[in-house]
Amino acid sequence: MTITLNNLTVGYDRHPAVHHISGVFPSASLTAIVGPNGGGKSTLLKAMVHFLRPLSGSIDYDGTLPQEIAYLPQASQVDQNFPLSVIDVVQLGAWPRTGAFRGLTKAQRHEAYHILERVGLADYAKRPVSVLSIGQWQRVLFARLSLQNAHILLLDEPFAAIDNRTTHDLMCWIKEWQNEGRTVIAVMHDLTFVRDHFPSTLLLAREVIGWGSTADILCEANLAKAQNLSGQWVEHAPACRRDER
Amino acid sequence: MMILPPFDVTLKHALVATLLVSLSGAPLGVFLVLRRMSLMGDVIAHAILPGTAAGFILAGASMGAMSLGGLVAGFLVAILASLATHFTKIREDANLATFYLVAVALGILMLSLHGSAQDLEDILFGNAQSIASSMLIVMALVTTLTVLLLAFIYRPLVVESFDPLFLRSMKGHGGLYHGLFMMLVVVNMVEGYRALGTLMASGLLLIPAVTAQFWTRHLSLMIGLAVILAILTSAGGIFLATTLLLPSGPCIVLMAGTTYLFSVCFGHYGSLWARFFPSRHLEG
Repeated sequence: MTITLNNLTVGYDRHPAVHHISGVFPSASLTAIVGPNGGGKSTLLKAMVHFLRPLSGSIDYDGTLPQEIAYLPQASQVDQNFPLSVIDVVQLGAWPRTGAFRGLTKAQRHEAYHILERVGLADYAKRPVSVLSIGQWQRVLFARLSLQNAHILLLDEPFAAIDNRTTHDLMCWIKEWQNEGRTVIAVMHDLTFVRDHFPSTLLLAREVIGWGSTADILCEANLAKAQNLSGQWVEHAPACRRDER
Repeated sequence: MMILPPFDVTLKHALVATLLVSLSGAPLGVFLVLRRMSLMGDVIAHAILPGTAAGFILAGASMGAMSLGGLVAGFLVAILASLATHFTKIREDANLATFYLVAVALGILMLSLHGSAQDLEDILFGNAQSIASSMLIVMALVTTLTVLLLAFIYRPLVVESFDPLFLRSMKGHGGLYHGLFMMLVVVNMVEGYRALGTLMASGLLLIPAVTAQFWTRHLSLMIGLAVILAILTSAGGIFLATTLLLPSGPCIVLMAGTTYLFSVCFGHYGSLWARFFPSRHLEG
């Protein structure tokens, strides 16, 4: 499923965090979004998952419905003390199929257990989520993502504070998703890791510095340019007239 | 030896009334606590006071008019408090504390200008024995509808409380469920005010819910336990109030407070006992 950005500007209080960007995330592609802090990476994901309305421009989803887009927020702000069990959380992934009111079918329950087994947490199914470590919690969230069976997956720093082994397991899963024809877009910080695992990269510093094959985009010249452009907040910036020129 | 009061009609009414409030109020309380909205519950309870006072001034000691006033005031303050929190930069708890102080002050002034000391006491501290059977039918209706609606919105409400971003990414209408939930809270506070008093109407919702946190980490068990605790402590409070001729609200709340205190000391999760006398650690 292709996502096309058409001259997209997204921001807060009229100040753009992502400024006039255009481009395409092709179907079944695996793209890393990298760039300096404040460069608009998370903002772009939030716009793509419909949390933020574009200030101008548009996003074309090629017919993908909002429920078919899965989103993993940065360092998930979930209350881990909430009295739910691990399997309860994984089963939420069936939401696009059950909606708010329908129960899970036997097959869906089975699928949830199977996925939990896959992340190596089958023994934790009935335990409360409060006992999970950060890495285990991220595995549970990936299990839920997987059950969502989404066409497009948007991951905001999925490996922050995660150890190497978990990162490796989860990255294998991401590549599997791509091979199954899903479009995966992840905000990343570790450039070496991106070079090793992501075929395409979008280098973003409020504007597009480069978008294409990772080897071409992550060159010294581009990275230096991104650093210099990194977004300052200009309190009394004049209105943008770029579209009128 | 404690002398039990005569088991007459007013006592039965009082017990049925608190049973009804417990059945629907305690589950709502569990969600209030889990959503970190205990203070909001308190604010709504206190907001009922000026509403009932207005009903009293306009229509006399009619339960219908006073409850209607309470409902209107409860909804109004629930909405205003949400707006104030949303649109001002003052912290939520500060806004809420101000709201409930003002509500109590307003209500007490209105009542002391127009009512007798007994009216004031009944409204502030509750008088479960004064609940008529016609009122019980209305309360039974409120409880039934609350339990049904809560069962209906249970899953989206749980998700909205636990992971609102997930619900939002699923286009799950989180605001709708939040709104329905707040509506149920207001209605149940008004249902409870005659037995508990407006000063303590949130007591039967919140204290059993908080107490249950010390005993289980499973949501369904937590709700069941909160309901049982609410029923038992309110029955105990009613007996105490009837025997010693005290207002029912404080007796019920103190009974519930006793179970809370016990749980703080000896509960299974997060109690003082668990902290200072932990069980021997396991092998793996």
